[in-house]
Amino acid sequence: MYPHNHHEADQPILDVRHLTVRYNGRLALDDLTFHLHEGERVAVVGPNGAGKSTLFKVVSGVLPPTSGEVTIFGSRPGGHVCIAYIPQRSQVDWNFPVSVADVVMMGRSAKLGPLSWPHKRDWEHVRSALETVELSKLASRQISQLSGGQQQRMFIARALAQEAELMLMDEPLTGLDTPAQESLLSLLDTLQNQKVTVMVATHDLDQAARHFDRMMLLNHRIVAFGQPDYVLQTENLLSAYGGRLRSANGDSILPVDDCCDDETHDHIH
Amino acid sequence: MTTFINYLLQPLSYEFMQRGMLASILVGIVCAVVGTYVVLRGMAFFGDALAHTILPGIALGYLVSGGAREPLFWWALGTAVVASLGIGAISRNAEIKEDTAIGIIFAGMFALGIAMISTVRSYAVDLSHFLFGDVLSVSTQSLWLILIFGGLVLMVIFAFYKEFMTLSFDPVLAATLRLPVGMLNNLLLALIAVTVAVSLQTVGVALMVAMLVTPAATAYLLTHSLSRMMMLAALFASLSGVIGLYLSYYLSIASGAAIVLTATLFFMLAFGWKRIRRI
Repeated sequence: MYPHNHHEADQPILDVRHLTVRYNGRLALDDLTFHLHEGERVAVVGPNGAGKSTLFKVVSGVLPPTSGEVTIFGSRPGGHVCIAYIPQRSQVDWNFPVSVADVVMMGRSAKLGPLSWPHKRDWEHVRSALETVELSKLASRQISQLSGGQQQRMFIARALAQEAELMLMDEPLTGLDTPAQESLLSLLDTLQNQKVTVMVATHDLDQAARHFDRMMLLNHRIVAFGQPDYVLQTENLLSAYGGRLRSANGDSILPVDDCCDDETHDHIH
Repeated sequence: MTTFINYLLQPLSYEFMQRGMLASILVGIVCAVVGTYVVLRGMAFFGDALAHTILPGIALGYLVSGGAREPLFWWALGTAVVASLGIGAISRNAEIKEDTAIGIIFAGMFALGIAMISTVRSYAVDLSHFLFGDVLSVSTQSLWLILIFGGLVLMVIFAFYKEFMTLSFDPVLAATLRLPVGMLNNLLLALIAVTVAVSLQTVGVALMVAMLVTPAATAYLLTHSLSRMMMLAALFASLSGVIGLYLSYYLSIASGAAIVLTATLFFMLAFGWKRIRRI
């Protein structure tokens, strides 16, 4: 069997202490300390290259921290299969010859263990995950035939099939039209009802404020972390975004730089 | 009709043609299935480089054994495994770009192989067999080696089907599922290496990359399912082997080249068909 760590019941689902990551000699994350409780929903906001993707990769145990400590239910992320990293859609090879159901079944790989093939129970997990994200009818489609919103929901179904308890979503709302965004946000409500803890990286401060319990304003370090109205105070935003801010329509403040594709991504080979 | 059947049967009255047919079908299937991952992971250059890099190993075996063919399989196998893991390690830690590092090593090793073989007097003929294959000289013993090692490769691909699929589609997912990513990557490199050794006599080092990528790329154009892509690729590759050998027999052209040209023709037909269908 591939490794599975036990969950200590009284530990927070995610506990990060003094996390620092240097990447190619540059400081990507600087002394982060925070923790999340089960079922919480947190938006991670900040300028491009602020370290959002890096944070997610360290939390999921794919990238080792330079110093500091990350624990999931009391132990290191490397032994847990309950963390799902949902990639940006631009990072995926959509022409790969797999169907929607194939991709969702990949989430079962860890529970299946080596040298075994999907059982009835695994197909049941895949079926119910596809039902939750309302993609049952498209199960046998090749993945490039899905719309952007459907692609994003397919990855959430894969995380559900994985039985993930912590989902890290990298820019899931970017590039989706309003109806697709709405359907994704309502899916987040469903996840919250199932006690899934969710961290979402996003550019849209307004949306983050409206739909998330807490916000983390990140620019290599944590500028502010807490209720949206506290985090979105002008001095915090100025500190995170510097001069790249303008006041839009009176009281709402949006970052000028709303492009999203040039964030530094670390590829794992 | 009977004349057509005679045309098909007549070459098979020679035992060397029977062995050649069997060898090219077996090699075609193994190359096509492994080649599916070579195509999907963008490793065509790696496959080409690996095939060329084993030439000095073959040359050493050739010099040591005084021209005998049978031991060459083992020399090719050993060199291929060492070279593939070596190239894999270089591409992970290179200070220069990965493809440049591979290019330098493969050309250097290839030159070393040619230099070693050129010390023997009759080198031109033997060198061309190593470079372009000589499927009609496959012995029964070589056929057994192809069957055993080719079968082994297919069994491993089958056993780790879901792991290789997950790793190739989304390496970050494979890592968060705590699959043994490093081990699986090395295993795939080793499988490509064994495939190269198995295919040596059929198409030779210079044409090897065609057997790895062309049938798999043809299948990639025609299906959206990984398992069907493997089966279609195997079908195209073995058909190319059979048709290529007939062409080689009746037109007196080199067997390796005939097989590769047939595979290329299949690719062009699939490409054209897809284009026409889209209009």
